[in-house]
Amino acid sequence: MRAFADVTVGEVIPDVTFPVQRVNLIQYAGASGDANIIHWNERVAKAVGLPNVIAHGMLTMAEAGRVVTDWVGDPGAVLEYGVRFSKPVVVPDDDEGASLVVGGRVESVDPEARTATVVLTAKVGTDVVLQGARAVVRLA
Amino acid sequence: MPLNREFIGREYPSSGVYEVAREKIRDFALAIGDRNPVYLDPDAARAAGHPDVIAPPTFLTVLGFRFAGDGPIADPALGLNYALVVHGEQRFTAHRPVRAGDRLVSTNVVDDIRDAGRNELILTRTEVVTEDGEKVATLHGTIVSRGTAAPRES
Repeated sequence: MRAFADVTVGEVIPDVTFPVQRVNLIQYAGASGDANIIHWNERVAKAVGLPNVIAHGMLTMAEAGRVVTDWVGDPGAVLEYGVRFSKPVVVPDDDEGASLVVGGRVESVDPEARTATVVLTAKVGTDVVLQGARAVVRLA
Repeated sequence: MPLNREFIGREYPSSGVYEVAREKIRDFALAIGDRNPVYLDPDAARAAGHPDVIAPPTFLTVLGFRFAGDGPIADPALGLNYALVVHGEQRFTAHRPVRAGDRLVSTNVVDDIRDAGRNELILTRTEVVTEDGEKVATLHGTIVSRGTAAPRES
């Protein structure tokens, strides 16, 4: 687990790219229990005004969260994690899908609680798909 | 059709106990593409100081769907068309990690239903505790019902 002494405010967590394809949505629908039709049926997604099938917000949140858990070393150290879903991740039916790019930065530290607040950015192309994404983690 | 605001303040306890299984955690971890050994391997989890494999921070979303039938979203009287739903916000506060073997119960509360432009927002809070009453996590969620707000008088 990452040590408090090794963390500085402003520290950058490098970008990680997550490919998001239709198969990932199918697998996530099954594992999570979220079978909302807009995540797998292009005809219905378009009929209700979406550009195409969109990814589950919670899948995007989970992928972004991994940038924090990999950085801190122990996923059990995540005390708080919140996001706002600002734009959908549109997943076309092709061999590429969408490409989610997530990075982070240490926004603040609390020496008494030995915690750090990490702010995350998550984009697909130029679209910001998560806003106000933050996690509070416990440090060793 | 606007949502039924009489749902504000209603509380929905889960109808049963959710027992967290190692294999369910594995399924979820693989579905989010995360092969962290503390999710998959009990020995690795114990080496990291956990009694058994732990679940990813967003795992408790599974509980929401498991008990969805007990909650407001599935109640036709709310008037929600699920195809018009997108997720607006989500926040987790973990009191401790969820781990295999946990026997969890939850209470889902409708904190508010309100207009946001042409959309409506449903704000919910879910308290997750063990069967014995140990606090595990609090979830705050906002779901968006697209385009269902009542037309405004000009």
